[in-house]
Amino acid sequence: MGPDSGRLAEGEGGPRNFNINFGPQHPAAHGVLRLVLELDGEIVNRCDPHIGLLHRGTEKLMESRTYLQNLPYFDRLDYVAPMNQEHAWCLAIERLTQTEIPRRASLIRVLYSEIGRILNHLLNVTTQAMDVGALTPPLWGFEEREKLMVFYERACGARLHAAYFRPGGVHKDLPPELIDDILAWCESFPAVLDDIDGLLTENRIFKQRNVDIGIVSEQDAKDWSFSGVMVRGSGLAWDLRRSQPYECYDEFEFRIPVGKNGDCYDRYLCRMAEMRESTGIVKQAIEKLAGADGDIIVRGKLAPPSRAEMKTSMEALIHHFKLYTEGFRVPEGEVYAAVEAPKGEFGVYLVSDGSNRPYKAKIRAPGFPHLQAMDYICTGHQLADVSAILGSLDIVFGEIDR
Amino acid sequence: MKLSKLQRLAEDLSERQDDRIISTAVVRGELVVEAVDYGIADLAQFLKTDPDCKFTTLVDITAVDRPGREQRFEVVYHFLSMELNQRVRVRIDTRENEKVPSIVATFPAANWFEREVFDMYGILFSGHPDLRRLLTDYGFSGYPLRKDFPVTGYSEVRYDSELKRVVYEPVKLVQEYRSFDFMSPWEGAEYILPEQSETGGNK
Repeated sequence: MGPDSGRLAEGEGGPRNFNINFGPQHPAAHGVLRLVLELDGEIVNRCDPHIGLLHRGTEKLMESRTYLQNLPYFDRLDYVAPMNQEHAWCLAIERLTQTEIPRRASLIRVLYSEIGRILNHLLNVTTQAMDVGALTPPLWGFEEREKLMVFYERACGARLHAAYFRPGGVHKDLPPELIDDILAWCESFPAVLDDIDGLLTENRIFKQRNVDIGIVSEQDAKDWSFSGVMVRGSGLAWDLRRSQPYECYDEFEFRIPVGKNGDCYDRYLCRMAEMRESTGIVKQAIEKLAGADGDIIVRGKLAPPSRAEMKTSMEALIHHFKLYTEGFRVPEGEVYAAVEAPKGEFGVYLVSDGSNRPYKAKIRAPGFPHLQAMDYICTGHQLADVSAILGSLDIVFGEIDR
Repeated sequence: MKLSKLQRLAEDLSERQDDRIISTAVVRGELVVEAVDYGIADLAQFLKTDPDCKFTTLVDITAVDRPGREQRFEVVYHFLSMELNQRVRVRIDTRENEKVPSIVATFPAANWFEREVFDMYGILFSGHPDLRRLLTDYGFSGYPLRKDFPVTGYSEVRYDSELKRVVYEPVKLVQEYRSFDFMSPWEGAEYILPEQSETGGNK
């Protein structure tokens, strides 16, 4: 309404704008987000996200630790899909040291990156549904996540903070039974996806809350540095796995789901379709693993010698000791390595001065620019849409606050 | 093939923007552009709109602190072109109290990236609409990612059960912060001896 619509102005007894604090303890804030919302009735006029409540100074801490000690910090960034983050760090180091990793390690990395993608999308799709009022999807989705986390645990011993991808390969080989179990899971998972699909996709309430909400145009997606599903939901077929292939993604067959309208609903559809594609990639990786025997890490300066070797060789013992105390050196230089993390482009800008510690490491989290655009996307929407939009942006504070 | 395309772009850029660009290079398959600090806003506009560049996505802005240099900070921009599938890194050098032109007008997403750089390094951006701190606590002072800022910080918080609120106190360490020197005394460690450090040290 304009100023001359006959309405009393603020302060003259007329309606006044309302400021509310959304979070930092709100369940729909997906962590510790404080949104300062300026409301005109139910309409959002301005939305100012206050972030940093989970800031742990990861980048500062990394400067005083060795390259290997820094690896577990990456699990703690986007803790929904930990291994995808480690991947970027390993790639950065491998590019600077010019290390070629063994084929089997490469396949295992792809396998677990895709499991990570499913982990992430399961959480996001179902909790976003919870934000708009559905309670069952998270219960069903989390059951599958639990199974996937068991796969994490069986590979590396930890359900969440894996530290499994290492510079030069992966830490341990996968036991054959685990590979069989993952394959069996791949057969049963599409049925679960169909169930969730049946709950949500044509659900009247779910569609009312998501269709035409939070529309992002192609131009917006570029202006606001979006990546991942936020770009694909708006119709741009941009996926780093396809356009700038890293690891051995160029050998895999998969499709890139693309949305049409760029609203919350299209982003939901993209994520559902990506889970199906990821399941396909996991299957292909398992197939290829059968023909790829051999070591899972480059036995050079970056990796420890095998246990058996250490029992007989003095040099191997010294190498093991030096690797876990001093760590390895990375040649001087700088590199930017990015992976297609489930949330978008996750990048590491690494500056090395030739010592055993990074001189500077900058973590480029995909959620950071996504959350930044909250003000732009939410302005003019209803208050209730804020949580729907926030959910579809796929925000995790571990990576945004670092 | 890919490399030569980038090299051509590198030569092209340094020719057409020679007043804003100091040098260009392709290192490990990455295009790196060294630019002058006052020209960054125009250069960003050029990179975004030029049909050979089309760097329409700003990937990241960060800084590197090099306290030994006269121009202490490097501000590093990463751009991406989804149409042409290429990336570029633009680097500018700046002094501690110098202002860097903001690129928010060209790339709205630069807003938070620049706020973060200001928060972490204290680099000021001229023309930024809202240069507040972003990640650190309300009322925080100092710039944590500068090399002279200690890892432990200066103040710590705890909940005081008598005052029934959170209190800020100077950091008290029961044990000194442990920073181990793993350099092997046999190979290649360059120790800075007292008499050397007065004359500038050896490295």
